[in-house]
Amino acid sequence: MQPAIELRGVTKRFLTPSGGVYTALRELDMTIGVGEFCAVVGPTGCGKSTTLALISGLEPASEGEVDVFNNPVKGIPDGIGYMFQADAVFPWKTVLENVAAGPRYHGLSSRDARDRARDWIARVGLAGFEDRYPYQLSGGMRKRVALAQSLINEPRILLMDEPFSALDVQTRSLMENELLGLWAASSASVVFVTHDLEEAISLSDRVFVITAGPGTVKSNYKVDLPRPRNVAEIRFQPHFIEIYEEIWKDLKDEVLVSYERQKRGAA
Amino acid sequence: MSIEAGGREKAETRPLVDLVARRRREHGQRRLKVQGLRLLVAVVVLGGWQLGAQVSDCNSTGHLCVVDKFFWSQPSDIAQKLWTWLTQGTDLGPIWDQVLVTMEETVGGFIVGSILGVIFGVALGRSRLLADVMGPYIKAANAIPRVVVGALFAISLGLDIKAKIATAAILVFFVVFFNAFQGVREVDRNLVANARILGAHDRQLTTEIIIPSALSWIIASLHTSFGLALVGAVVGELFGATQGLGELIYAAKNNFDAAGVFAGMALLAAIALVAEALITALEDRLIRWRPPVTTETRI
Repeated sequence: MQPAIELRGVTKRFLTPSGGVYTALRELDMTIGVGEFCAVVGPTGCGKSTTLALISGLEPASEGEVDVFNNPVKGIPDGIGYMFQADAVFPWKTVLENVAAGPRYHGLSSRDARDRARDWIARVGLAGFEDRYPYQLSGGMRKRVALAQSLINEPRILLMDEPFSALDVQTRSLMENELLGLWAASSASVVFVTHDLEEAISLSDRVFVITAGPGTVKSNYKVDLPRPRNVAEIRFQPHFIEIYEEIWKDLKDEVLVSYERQKRGAA
Repeated sequence: MSIEAGGREKAETRPLVDLVARRRREHGQRRLKVQGLRLLVAVVVLGGWQLGAQVSDCNSTGHLCVVDKFFWSQPSDIAQKLWTWLTQGTDLGPIWDQVLVTMEETVGGFIVGSILGVIFGVALGRSRLLADVMGPYIKAANAIPRVVVGALFAISLGLDIKAKIATAAILVFFVVFFNAFQGVREVDRNLVANARILGAHDRQLTTEIIIPSALSWIIASLHTSFGLALVGAVVGELFGATQGLGELIYAAKNNFDAAGVFAGMALLAAIALVAEALITALEDRLIRWRPPVTTETRI
C-alpha cells in the first residue's frame, strides 16, 4: 500500500512555562496508507493530539521526519482536514457560512461556496438549519457542522482528535456510522485519535497503541472486521471481542503506568 | 395513533397558552414598576433640590441655608434657562447650533479615535515584535492625563473644530486600543488553527477570525469611549472656542450663572443617553451571534 503519512523517528519537545523541557513524543514511527482508517489509542497525556498537530503542520517536529504524500511537512500540507477535540466552529458565522468558509478560503466565489455548503449541510443531516448560529445548536449538531466544514474541502487526509468524546452514547454511535458512510464515499486516509478502544476498533482498519508519555508506538493491530459496519452492533461479534482483548492487554499496562504517575504527581 | 397524538397535543396547548400569557403579564407589570420607580427617583431628587432652595435664605446670617441658589441654582431656574435657550437662543447663537457643533466634535473624535484604536490594537495584537517595541511608549502615553494635550492642540490646530476632534480622538483612542489589543490576544487558538487548516490566508485570518472575535471587546469599549469623546470635545471647547456646549458652560461660569452651567450639563447628559442607545443598537446588530443573556440588566 502507498503511504499517505509517514512519521520516522519523530520526537517532539515543548518548553514548559517554568522553563523546563517536556518531551511529548519520543522516536515515534508510524505509517498510514492511502485510504486507510487508522485509530490511535493511548493513555491520557501520551501525545496523541501532538501526533496530529505534527501531521497537520501546526507544530514542527523537534527531531525526525514527517512526510505527507512523500513530501516533508513544512506548514500546512494541501488536502488536510482536521476536526478538533474542542468546538472550533466559528461562533459568529451561521451554519451555512461556517461550512462555506473552506471553499471560500480556497478562492471559490461566495455564491458557489454557499451552493456547495448547502449540499454538505444536507449530507450531514442539518438541512433547514443553515441560518442558525452555533450557540443555537446542540453539541451533536455542532459536531456535524465541524464534520461538514472539514469534509467540504474534500481532504485526502482527515485528522480527528476525539471528535465525539463530548457526545452522549446514542448520538455518538449515530455520528460514527455517518462518518463511516461519508468516509467510504471518499478515498481519504483518516487518523482518528481516541482514548476509547471500542470506538477505535469499530471504526478503523488499524489501531496504533501509544505508550504512556513520552509517547511512542508500542504496537499496531490490523482490524479485519468486514465493512460496511454498524458501529452500534459490531461490538457484539465474537471476533470484535477477540481483537479487543488482544489490544487491551497491550493498552492496559500503559494506562496503569500513566495512572500511577498521575497519582504520584498528585500526592 | 395519530388521533391519540393529536388529542394529547390539544390538551397540552391550553396550559401553555396560559403560561405565555402569564409571563407576558408579569413582564409588563415589572416594566411598569421600574418606570414608576425611576420617575419617583427623579421627583425625590429634583423636588428635594427645589424645596431645599425654596426654604433657604442664604443672604442674611442666622437664617436656614440648605441649598444656596446662587451657587447651586434650582430645577425651576434650570428649566427656565433651557426654555429661554430654546425659544430665544443663547448669547452664542441658536441653541441647536451649539448642540450640533459639540455633536460634530464628539462624533468626529469618536470615529477617528475608534478607527485608529482598532487599527493599532489589531496590528500590535497580531505582531509580537511591534507590541514589544511599542509597549512601553504606549503605557507611558496612557499614563499622562491626556486632556492636557487639548491645550497643545488648541495652540497647534487653532480654535476651530480640528482641535476638539483631536482632543476627543486621543481620549477615545487609548480605551479602544487597549480593548482591541486584548481582544486580539484572547482569540481562541483553536479557532485560528481551524481557520488555517481550512485554508485561510493571513488577511482572511485577520478579517474573519481575529476581528470578529475581538469585536465584543471593542464594542464594549465603545460605551465608555463615547462618554470620553464628549469629555474631549467639551474640554477642547474650554481651551478656546467660539461655539458649542462647552463654550456655553464656560461663558455661564464666567457670569456666575449656575443655572446656565446646569442647563449645559443637562443637554450633555441628553446627548450621552441618545448615543448610548445608538451604540447598544449597534452592538445588538454586530454581535447577533452571541447567546442572549437570560438575566439581562442594562445600565
